[in-house]
Amino acid sequence: MVDVRTRRRGRLDVLSFLQAGGVYLAIALLLLFNLAFTPNFATVANLRLQLVQVAPVAIVAIGMALVIATEGIDLSVGSTMAISAALLPLYLGYGTWPAIAIAVLAGAAVGTVNGSLVAFARMQPIIATLGTLVACRGLALVLADGRLTEIFDPVLGALGNDAVLGIPISVVLVLVVTGAAAVVVHRAAFGKRLLAVGGNRAAATLAGLPVKRTLVTVYVISGVLAAAAGVMSTARQGASDPSFVGLLIELSAITAVVVGGTPLSGGRVRILGTLMGALLMQLITATVIQHDLPDSTARMLQAGIIVAAVYVQRGRSRA
Amino acid sequence: MTTPALDVRSVSKHFAGVRALAGVSLELHPGEVHALVGENGAGKSTLIKLITGVYRPDDGEVRYLDEPVAFAHPRDAQAAGISTIYQEVNLVPMRSVAGNLYLGREPTNRFGLIDFRRMHRDARKVLAGYGITVDVRRRLGELGLGVQQMIAVARALSTDARVVIMDEPTSSLEPREVDLLLDVVALLRRQQVAVLYVTHKLDEVFRICDRVTVLRDGRLVHNGPVAATTRLRLVATMLGRDVDQIRRHGATTFADQQHEATGTPVLRAEGLTRRPLLDGVSVDVHPGEVVGLAGLLGSGRTETANAIFGVDRVDAGTVSVDGGSTRRWNPAAAIRSGIGMVPEDRKSEGIVGDLSVRDNIVLAALPRLTTAGFVSRRRQDEIVDTFIKRLRIKAASPDQRVRELSGGNQQKVLLARMLCLHPKVLILDEPTRGIDVGAKAEIQSLISELAALGLGVLLISSELEEVVEGAGRVLVLRDGALVGVLRGDDVSEDHIMHAIAQASEPEGVS
Repeated sequence: MVDVRTRRRGRLDVLSFLQAGGVYLAIALLLLFNLAFTPNFATVANLRLQLVQVAPVAIVAIGMALVIATEGIDLSVGSTMAISAALLPLYLGYGTWPAIAIAVLAGAAVGTVNGSLVAFARMQPIIATLGTLVACRGLALVLADGRLTEIFDPVLGALGNDAVLGIPISVVLVLVVTGAAAVVVHRAAFGKRLLAVGGNRAAATLAGLPVKRTLVTVYVISGVLAAAAGVMSTARQGASDPSFVGLLIELSAITAVVVGGTPLSGGRVRILGTLMGALLMQLITATVIQHDLPDSTARMLQAGIIVAAVYVQRGRSRA
Repeated sequence: MTTPALDVRSVSKHFAGVRALAGVSLELHPGEVHALVGENGAGKSTLIKLITGVYRPDDGEVRYLDEPVAFAHPRDAQAAGISTIYQEVNLVPMRSVAGNLYLGREPTNRFGLIDFRRMHRDARKVLAGYGITVDVRRRLGELGLGVQQMIAVARALSTDARVVIMDEPTSSLEPREVDLLLDVVALLRRQQVAVLYVTHKLDEVFRICDRVTVLRDGRLVHNGPVAATTRLRLVATMLGRDVDQIRRHGATTFADQQHEATGTPVLRAEGLTRRPLLDGVSVDVHPGEVVGLAGLLGSGRTETANAIFGVDRVDAGTVSVDGGSTRRWNPAAAIRSGIGMVPEDRKSEGIVGDLSVRDNIVLAALPRLTTAGFVSRRRQDEIVDTFIKRLRIKAASPDQRVRELSGGNQQKVLLARMLCLHPKVLILDEPTRGIDVGAKAEIQSLISELAALGLGVLLISSELEEVVEGAGRVLVLRDGALVGVLRGDDVSEDHIMHAIAQASEPEGVS
């Protein structure tokens, strides 16, 4: 009897360790592997490249994590990036910053639509945002006349390629967004509301919390972050490409959130874990590519990690 | 005596060591309507599930048409002729009436396609047999709940059922629809079908049923002809009380002295109506007064609480606190105007299990603790410390997840969540259900203590003892309407049961 219990406890400990730190462990192992076996891995140029490449996914994933914490999901993030990218060249004539402001406002507008569909029309988040996914990509193509537009704007170019203290601006943005999200979740009233709404909506309602406002706000945040990611991608490419920017990024973002230890069932969120989840996926791709293995290998590895992450969480929801 | 169609022989069932049913027997004869009554947790649904093959009994056997049976699945029971009609209509709202009636066994033509003409003709004929005239091509979802329920019955019967189990079939029906359904039950009796009729409504037991079986805490406590019992005796049996010997006994820890209602009421709710669950219920609570709300399961106790707290929209009625009222009434408005509520279902409506004890306690106070979007940690900790000490909440630390606490401590957390708002009125819906004896005693004395400090309390409990000893005034509900007000020395289990048991015709309370 005693034996059985200790063994159980032991298994639970391993499981809860994996739930809390599995993503960090995986990153550490991958880094060690690369340091040992990958030539030119530990160079500043390579590390910077990896971080810059993962930046849009990371920003979108932070917003996704907040939405998922309310037991929701936002599939429209990629299309929101496209709208933001499509709007930029149209308004650059008024100045770079006004154009960026308009792009970000458009993201907020998409978020308002998503949030209202979920909170007021009581649609299921997956359906509501599937609708906006389709609609927004279409709208972006209409705005851009279906074309790729090259952009020669010095400020935007600087945003995409310059660095502060050696850190690329997009990476700085990721750090700021992650830090802000962590503070909001742990310290701000909004963070508490978010987790209460996701953890037990009936209880949140009975506690007099503004459940609907909270839901709308979280989709607006997700939309704004997606639009910002759209601006960053466009800046880096030096071109607005509404047909392809952000395509399927919603899947990468959801993967990052789940791998980072946030359950899809809502009520909990790991902000730093989400960032690490995005990094892990990026590292897998980079490792595979640098060892001249086909892209399909990276995908299969990623799939394995996703399944493992969900398996570990299954244990959590029962505990 | 005829051979019983269904013969349940001393079945027992345990779940994880907890007894759900202990040696319950039941005979169901053709042409008999047999009432099965009992409060929450009495074991009614477990018994039904044992009969229909959802569960296997640990002990005892179920015999059907004189053969021992053990169905692997409700489908098998249905095929053998035991049909069950659940509380919630179990049909496809987007399909036509006829489509639902023949779902899964549609008549086909020689190409293997559905023969709609035949199906519609047959459906019309079947329904006409039950006195239902309806366009069978209409979508089921467009029809009233009563008609839907009737179609569920018709569907159950068209499979040549010998036994029909009805699980609270009238709980969401309008009175007119209830009449229609009871007519169908009478028809079944004439057709020699054996009916097991599960209900909370005494009126229906006496109107339609021949025999009655009462379960309490998983045991059979009464079985006999309906004609040989009285409403009062039935209520007493359900609640586990002795009719002849009811007196106040000090098993609870409420203070002896109840405060007299004085001055103007702090809470005044008038004419709360939410058809068909609530019908013109009025409640007022004075400062320092504990008002009890008594009634059987389904009598409208929780619905009254939810209406006052703005959880459910009402068809009519007003709520005012200290004379003031708000136009848009919802839980947030109720809290702002000084009402607090601890809901009946602690897990699904109360605690946020993944959040800490601290976060759960201050949840409703968040708007008041927030400056510029940030919650003051210092003020949070003050509140949390105060209430953990005052209510003796046992947690490893304020950071512990609330789901890890015992039921009693979770309940205290919910009380703290409301008390830290300094409400004028507190609605407590089953505040001591399912918690250990120690915590129960603490919560009961806390209620008296709070009332002594001037808080108005509306106390809802299915334990008569708790209402009688905790409250200075008791409102008795039946079928969503107020049927009695007891005050002072009239507050006794005896009087409450009389009020519950009186017939629909007003007789006056004892």
